[in-house]
Amino acid sequence: MKKHHPGRWGFVFILPWLIGFLLFTAGPMIASLVLSFTRYDLNTIHFIGTKNYERILFDEPLFWKSLQVTVTYAFFSVPLGIAGSLGLALMLNQKVAGERLFRTLFYLPSLVPSVASALLWSWIFNADNGLLNYTLGLFGWGGVEWLADEKYTLGAFVVMSLWGIGGGRMIIFLAGLQGISESYYEAARLDGASAWRQFRNVTLPLLSPVMFFNLILGVIGAFQVFTQAYIMTAGGPNNATLFYALSIFRNAFEYFKLGKASALAWVLFLILLAITGIQFWASRRWVHYEGEAKS
Amino acid sequence: MKKAPLLVFLILLSVVALVPFVWTVSTALKDDQEVFAFPPRWIPETIQWGNFQKAWTALPFTQWVLNTLVITIACTIGQMLTGSLVAYGFSRFKFKGRDTLFGIVIATMMLPGQVTMIPVFMIWRELRAIDTYWPLILPAFFGGGAFNIFLIRQFFLSIPNELDEAAMIDGASYLRVWWQILLPLSAPVLATVGVLSFIGHWDDFNGPLIYLNSPEKYTVSIGLRMFQDSYGSETNLLMAASLIHILPTIVLFFFAQRYFMRGIQLSGLGGR
Repeated sequence: MKKHHPGRWGFVFILPWLIGFLLFTAGPMIASLVLSFTRYDLNTIHFIGTKNYERILFDEPLFWKSLQVTVTYAFFSVPLGIAGSLGLALMLNQKVAGERLFRTLFYLPSLVPSVASALLWSWIFNADNGLLNYTLGLFGWGGVEWLADEKYTLGAFVVMSLWGIGGGRMIIFLAGLQGISESYYEAARLDGASAWRQFRNVTLPLLSPVMFFNLILGVIGAFQVFTQAYIMTAGGPNNATLFYALSIFRNAFEYFKLGKASALAWVLFLILLAITGIQFWASRRWVHYEGEAKS
Repeated sequence: MKKAPLLVFLILLSVVALVPFVWTVSTALKDDQEVFAFPPRWIPETIQWGNFQKAWTALPFTQWVLNTLVITIACTIGQMLTGSLVAYGFSRFKFKGRDTLFGIVIATMMLPGQVTMIPVFMIWRELRAIDTYWPLILPAFFGGGAFNIFLIRQFFLSIPNELDEAAMIDGASYLRVWWQILLPLSAPVLATVGVLSFIGHWDDFNGPLIYLNSPEKYTVSIGLRMFQDSYGSETNLLMAASLIHILPTIVLFFFAQRYFMRGIQLSGLGGR
């Protein structure tokens, strides 16, 4: 069989990716690292050693602010989002009537383009005429300046992110659930396991690889929130939604401090590398890979 | 009989998921006064279909939709073609360093785009390609993105090798096997990649924001942003314009839905 498949051809077929990787990923990563040690404004370039990093870490309150905003957002939106998606998937896995219809309805929000989504949520969060304050008003609450009061803005962003819990992540959970053999549950029931114990001891461990995958990508995604902040609040009020990606964009393409922006990007990269590394390390304690692969 | 409360709860959740859409449509169909009526009316007193025309003609949306279609369709073709070609190389051949290279493909999924954004911008600037569509389209033809490669490769691995071999005994070349055996069998995954790619590029904001300067070259996403700047106070028109942006992805989804859900599910099984 091997002589039918000489490897050389395989290499030829992956060339588009390899060239693209060198041109648009590996090369630029190195260039970005080099740039991070310079002062560069698209015209002149000066090598300034580690000054960008020193400034970011010790002399730039906005860096710490944007990090705080992003970490806070990730801390709430990622676990809530994963729990929400898993909850929906568990409900849809109960063989209820109309499962396909519900699946489609829950998926719809994640089809909305991010700019349109940002605009329609701005209108929902509108303090005077928005739907949210109107609804809260029916219960005697409301009057919240969702996007203008820095106490609430990040919360509003988290709420908005939860609109997407029925998207790809939920579908992936559902596929994972449907892949769990019924025999595990039968065995657990024979041992007298309650519904909760079945969930805790059968469903969760068997779903943990999918959970881990979603967790890794969820955290990385949360660190890249840009469009919503750019459209809805422009980072305000008082930098309460100055997400890290917005801060990089501004330094690069509004202030033309491309050296400093590159340093910021590398700090982001290192932070994500550390977080992902810790997650991989911790995963040995809670992620269970089955010997047998289901297909 | 615990199904009934669950069903009620699911219906309630669907309503919550759909309310923002209904609210948007309702606002888009109101006149200027009624938008701010209190309490809000869900069904406008007189339905203002004209708002869509007003929004569409206030700024050059026809041009923007065409621009976005050109970019989006080109990128979708590029990602499906080169993505499946690369997946073919990774799934059907053994060569030195293959697994390492595939590991790198997977690792790039976790790479934040900001790290490469500035040097890539400088490359296009050197090539004098700022304010053209090259920076938005060309990268799609280099392997089609890590996730798509991964997805298609998973699918190819599930197609028995014997089919390729039978075709090659009949004298088919590798390219023919890819084009005439594997691709026709891969409709679900190709539909998934196609829909995800279309939606992804239709949605793209960061790319056009960085690379396009002339309003006549804008895409719908940055055009909509411009609309927000100029007509932001006319909420009904802004919602009508947003719906113009939303509608194509939903229509496409409904056409491809059957394949699409299956494709995503397969991707999840890959994550196990």
